[in-house]
Amino acid sequence: MNEQICFYRQMLRIRQFEQKAISLFEKGELPGFLHSCIGQEAVAVGVCSALEKKDYLFTTHRGHGHVLAKGMDMKRMVSELYAKSTGSNRGKGGSMHIMDVSVGVLGANGVVGAGIPMASGTALSSKMKKDGRVTVAFFGDGASNTGAFHEGINLAAVWGLPTIFLCENNKFSESTSVKNHQRVERISERAKAFGIPGIHVDGMDVEAVAKAAANSVVRARNGEGPTLIEADTYRFLGHYLGDQVEYRNEDEHAEWVLKDPIVQIEKHLEQAGLLNEELKKNLIQEIDAEIDNAVDYAVNSADPHPNEAMDHIFV
Amino acid sequence: MRTIRYRDALREAIREEMTRDTSVFIMGEDIEDPFGGSYKVTKGLSTEFGKERVRNTPISELAIAGAALGAAITGMRPIAEIMYLDFTTLSIDQIVNQAAKIRYMSGGQVQVPLVIRTQEGSGNSSGAQHGQCLEAWYAHIPGLKVVMPATPADAKGLLKASIREDNPVVFIENKMLYNIKGEVSDKDEVLGIGKANIIREGQDVTIVSYSRMVHESIKAADSLLEEGISAEIIDLRTIAPLDIDTILRSVAKTHRLVIAHEAVVNGGIGGEVAARVIKEGFDELDAPIERVGSKASPLPFSPLLEKEIVCDFNDIVTAVQSIIPNAKEVTI
Ligand SMILES: Cc1ncc(C[n+]2csc(CCOP(=O)(O)OP(=O)(O)O)c2C)c(N)n1
Repeated sequence: MNEQICFYRQMLRIRQFEQKAISLFEKGELPGFLHSCIGQEAVAVGVCSALEKKDYLFTTHRGHGHVLAKGMDMKRMVSELYAKSTGSNRGKGGSMHIMDVSVGVLGANGVVGAGIPMASGTALSSKMKKDGRVTVAFFGDGASNTGAFHEGINLAAVWGLPTIFLCENNKFSESTSVKNHQRVERISERAKAFGIPGIHVDGMDVEAVAKAAANSVVRARNGEGPTLIEADTYRFLGHYLGDQVEYRNEDEHAEWVLKDPIVQIEKHLEQAGLLNEELKKNLIQEIDAEIDNAVDYAVNSADPHPNEAMDHIFV
Repeated sequence: MRTIRYRDALREAIREEMTRDTSVFIMGEDIEDPFGGSYKVTKGLSTEFGKERVRNTPISELAIAGAALGAAITGMRPIAEIMYLDFTTLSIDQIVNQAAKIRYMSGGQVQVPLVIRTQEGSGNSSGAQHGQCLEAWYAHIPGLKVVMPATPADAKGLLKASIREDNPVVFIENKMLYNIKGEVSDKDEVLGIGKANIIREGQDVTIVSYSRMVHESIKAADSLLEEGISAEIIDLRTIAPLDIDTILRSVAKTHRLVIAHEAVVNGGIGGEVAARVIKEGFDELDAPIERVGSKASPLPFSPLLEKEIVCDFNDIVTAVQSIIPNAKEVTI
């Protein structure tokens, strides 16, 4: 498949997945919280296009896109959202802790910033074992104000570790606009403080993200150390499902919705004669079928047995 | 008297204290309007008092606690809101190594009128990092007071007391209590920190509890009454300092003791209460002391597994039955 169609398909898959998850959550079928990544698909897809299956990835509470793009099995993922025994975490983690070691997904996280120092650690392990893996840590603009961000990246910088620190600046830390939680114009500028390259990229342009990620991955694999990438994007929906977003500036929102990464690539592909209505319809249907299949699988899976509650605390 | 929610009682306390004393202010993540805090406790306050005194912070729990402490030792009376007790693990240097000790280490040169307001508790599938009950950690630290209200009236009266207190207070709310309603006085009622409350008198057993488990204790006591067991319920309200006298007086009457908290049993406050009663009230005890708490596991996401780990009134009933010789076997 043409690379651009491939990007498009993957972004569409994440978008449709999120829309389905929202409708299930709204029907009360999924317990816990849901943090949608709609609007940010290009970052997930672009970054993961530069990774191999063996590479490690840390994500956040807003991680569905990242783990899908990294190749996580959708059935095990949906089952986890349903808290079923067939879920990747056997119903113990849920959306906020989703993890699948088999594809290098070392976890979403409920603690903002917590994946960053862990990513330095997996990269340290790769360096010491010379296994050629790189680690990507995704996090938000809000996370760049935590101690974990500053300590974790500095350590990776000092030790020249193969890590890509990927900040998705989606303009919000919960209800707080990025303008009100930090003074730097660009989060990528913070790289200066660690003495590493800081790259700013249009996070609504999947190809730009893919290119920036690929360059940083090459650097990391060559032993040249970590990179901080800031992908400029936007959280189209609320912080979590149910958030009334009264704090949102609607003009700003409307401006960003015009930059919808999926609409952009659609236009591009159509102009290049690579996409038409029929192909689009087929893609959508194909993805819907995959999602429905995964949901069926989850719904028909068993709940965890109560006896499992005390399993997996220690080895 | 009015009937209001726990959440609103907390807001009233903050509002009244901010009105009364201009050195009182609050800071935390996403507490400003229109969002008004993750649990909406501060809703309306930034509109009323302005953003100088109701301050949003970046996601920087260490800085929130530390900046509040700095302000506290220089004449302000800060309330630092940490969204989840789980995230106080990120503030802990400032709370444990600094706030709890600075007065002592300095030979009494400063006072620390600091309130760390936060919330804990399971019950909504928020998983292993958003519901831990870590209060015993803070109760273990000399130099900290730990307040845990179970009702709207106590939430208000104790938060006012905590704000007026010249020592650091860790004020722990419970997320499942925010919507409960209860009667609250119209007067400026300030409760005493360190005083337990006997919320129901009884003869056969004393149930000591605090925070959300007080409500489970009431359910348990209702159910026990049906089998002829009369339970006295004590709401500790403050776990540090501990009101041991109220507990001892009750045990001297009932001769049996069950301690119930949502935190895991191991290393919990129940152990401290039990040890004190064994030492100071040994002769009054007619039966072993029972501790009820959650199982020693991280909190699972699955609602079904969560129920398996977290204790409830059934566990209290069973514990009471196990130390009362003639208790009927009941199946629930
Ligand atoms: C240490 C910590 N503090 C606070 C929170 C509550 N919280 C969850 S997500 C969030 C905002 C995160 O913003 P950002 O890092 O920009 O990521 P985004 O939600 O925008 O993807 C906050 C404050 C948390 N989970 N962990």
